[in-house]
Amino acid sequence: MSDIDARRQAYWRATLRLTGALLLLWAAVSFLPAWFAGELNTVDFMGWPLGFYMAAQGALLIFLAIVWVYANWMDRLDRRFGVRDDR
Amino acid sequence: MTSLAAFSRRLRRYYLLYSLGFVAFVGLLAVGERFGLTPHWIGQIFLFATIAIYASIGVMSRTSDVSEYYVAGRRVPAVFNGMATAADWMSAASFIGLAGTLYYAGFEGLAFVIGWTGGYVLVAILLAPYLRKFGQFTIPDFLGARYEGHFARVVGVFAGVLASFVYVVAQIYGVGLITSRFIGIEFEIGVFVGLAGVLVCSFLGGMKAVTWTQVAQYVILIVAYLVPVTILSYKITGVPVPQAVYGRVLQELGVKELELFSEPRENAVHAQYRARADEYARKIADLPESLAAERITQVQRVNELRITGASAREIAAAERALRDLPHSPDEARLKWEKVRQDSLARSVNPVAHAEAFPGNDAQSKASARNNFLALAFVLMVGTAALPHILTRYYTTPTVREARHSVFWSLFFISLLYLTAPAYAVLAKWEVYSNLVGSSIATLPHWVASWARTGLVRVEDINGDGILQLAELSINSDAILLLVPEIAGLPYVVSGLVAAGGLAAALSTADGLLLTISHALSHDLYYQMINPHASTQRRLVITKSQLLVVAVVAAWVASMRPDSILFMVGLAFSIAASAFFPALVLGIFWKRANKWGAVAGMVAGLGVTLFYIARTHTFFGGSMEAAWFDINPISCGVFGVPVGFIVTAVVSLLTPPPSAEVQALVDFVRQPDGEGQSR
Repeated sequence: MSDIDARRQAYWRATLRLTGALLLLWAAVSFLPAWFAGELNTVDFMGWPLGFYMAAQGALLIFLAIVWVYANWMDRLDRRFGVRDDR
Repeated sequence: MTSLAAFSRRLRRYYLLYSLGFVAFVGLLAVGERFGLTPHWIGQIFLFATIAIYASIGVMSRTSDVSEYYVAGRRVPAVFNGMATAADWMSAASFIGLAGTLYYAGFEGLAFVIGWTGGYVLVAILLAPYLRKFGQFTIPDFLGARYEGHFARVVGVFAGVLASFVYVVAQIYGVGLITSRFIGIEFEIGVFVGLAGVLVCSFLGGMKAVTWTQVAQYVILIVAYLVPVTILSYKITGVPVPQAVYGRVLQELGVKELELFSEPRENAVHAQYRARADEYARKIADLPESLAAERITQVQRVNELRITGASAREIAAAERALRDLPHSPDEARLKWEKVRQDSLARSVNPVAHAEAFPGNDAQSKASARNNFLALAFVLMVGTAALPHILTRYYTTPTVREARHSVFWSLFFISLLYLTAPAYAVLAKWEVYSNLVGSSIATLPHWVASWARTGLVRVEDINGDGILQLAELSINSDAILLLVPEIAGLPYVVSGLVAAGGLAAALSTADGLLLTISHALSHDLYYQMINPHASTQRRLVITKSQLLVVAVVAAWVASMRPDSILFMVGLAFSIAASAFFPALVLGIFWKRANKWGAVAGMVAGLGVTLFYIARTHTFFGGSMEAAWFDINPISCGVFGVPVGFIVTAVVSLLTPPPSAEVQALVDFVRQPDGEGQSR
């Protein structure tokens, strides 16, 4: 019993670590480029001013990547800790 | 699981056939147009055919099973749930309004793009999997179970209904706008036609019908959004992938802007508009005498024209001007202030499209930046707290599918949001380079036809016969609808865009109405008033609530409330400050208890509403009273942190939650485990 509890706790700690890291990345992507948009706009990125590009496309693509990484990483955690809910 | 896989395969086949059928249908209409089908008929066929499709899906999915009615039987595969969420999410404001907002606001409008997509990261990693594991029917269900009792549930029902109702009115308004413009029926009737389209789905089949209709609506809306801009992009750049190449057009647009902004004739027009603004300022200051004087001048003019034997048209125009004169000084003040503001806006150059945080000094630049960040924050957190989105993740078969489903949601949503800025840039390029500077007598045909609706206005104020930028005004809601005509595409494409806008508005309205009626019937009636109600009775109550809410919403929309965008912003702030702290802490902090959550929800909501009342002119406030120059639309930026802090402090001051609740939190955190409700 306590063995199972320990495993569940480890699973939750791993989940929290991943959540925290991705949350930090989310906050950085959402707010940092926008804060420095004026400065970034002096850089040219494939035709776009970089500040504009980050707000119009860059941030979105990174958001997509974050959610994708989360879903797949959690799948691996589920398997590793044996807590999958669909097999 | 194998039955689920087979179900998923069958779904894929159905929707593939459906999409091909839709493309063939559009192709047929295009051929029909070649052979003389009139635009009027094309518009009608489009709207009625699509509503008929939604209605038949609704009828086919009719159900009287509670689980199917509330959560679509919890067997919606991740990809399809993603599509349904995307349709649920993208409203009339996103579909019609966003391109126009970006056209005028340039960089600053991108706060909506970041805000309306970044919220899904929060949904994915903080809420969706845990709510799926909890596995009940509504968001107040979670609040009620996690925070022990009806108190938190009631606050949740109140905030959820408030936010959703404000939002649904905006959708039904959008439906009225589209139906009235494209099939030429009256706005009020259009509202009720749209309503019928919404009801036939949600009424018969609840979440099940709405889910499968939303998938169908997503297909239509995304095709309608992408087709015109792809063709426009091909015309301008030679590459049919607008998202990838509009950067180059943006660069050329920047050059064009510099050129236009320093043009002498443009500056002359600016001076004339400034003079007009000053004139109206004088007239407003001299009220009521100025109104009487104006009336006398106009009467004299009519008489003069009659005596000198001017043409009937001239006399009629002068009489109309006299009739349209404000009737009271108060009305005059409103009307003239509008003209003054409009002239003032035209007396300066618009903001350069790519410029971040324009302003004359460091302070106004900083204020623009703070508002940009605050708006993005509120929209993100609000996204992660709107009940009609969160309940969608109750409908997947497993926790794992729920996680993947958020990815698919964001993927399908991004297709539109990555395209919207391209729309704005390409449309602006066409207007700046082809329209501005051409002779007013030879403007394209669509300018005249849209001028009749009042959405496009051209005024040759300096009388040189050439269109200057400041002499042209296009309503921001019209930009998207205009693109097919700017690009010179056949009318079928315009009809397609209208059908897409209708799909966007109807799908969001569907989801919102369901959320409201479920909150009232399930949470208020079944959970609190009559827990022994039979299944039959619960569904009857739900359906009757749905009808009442829908009719009330349509009635409010038919009164044409004029600050729709502000209302939508308000819905996000309300949801963000009321739900987000309680939901997130409920999952990630075991110590959060009933009293903390209730106090936090009330305090967060209270601060948000207080700030709105303090700063928005509608409630008699003013920006003088603003904190850190934050606009009222972003009021949730104060409510959310207050909600977190109050929940934490009050929880620590009161006893911890019971052992059962702690066990519930543990249960929610693990994807497997017994007690999972199916």
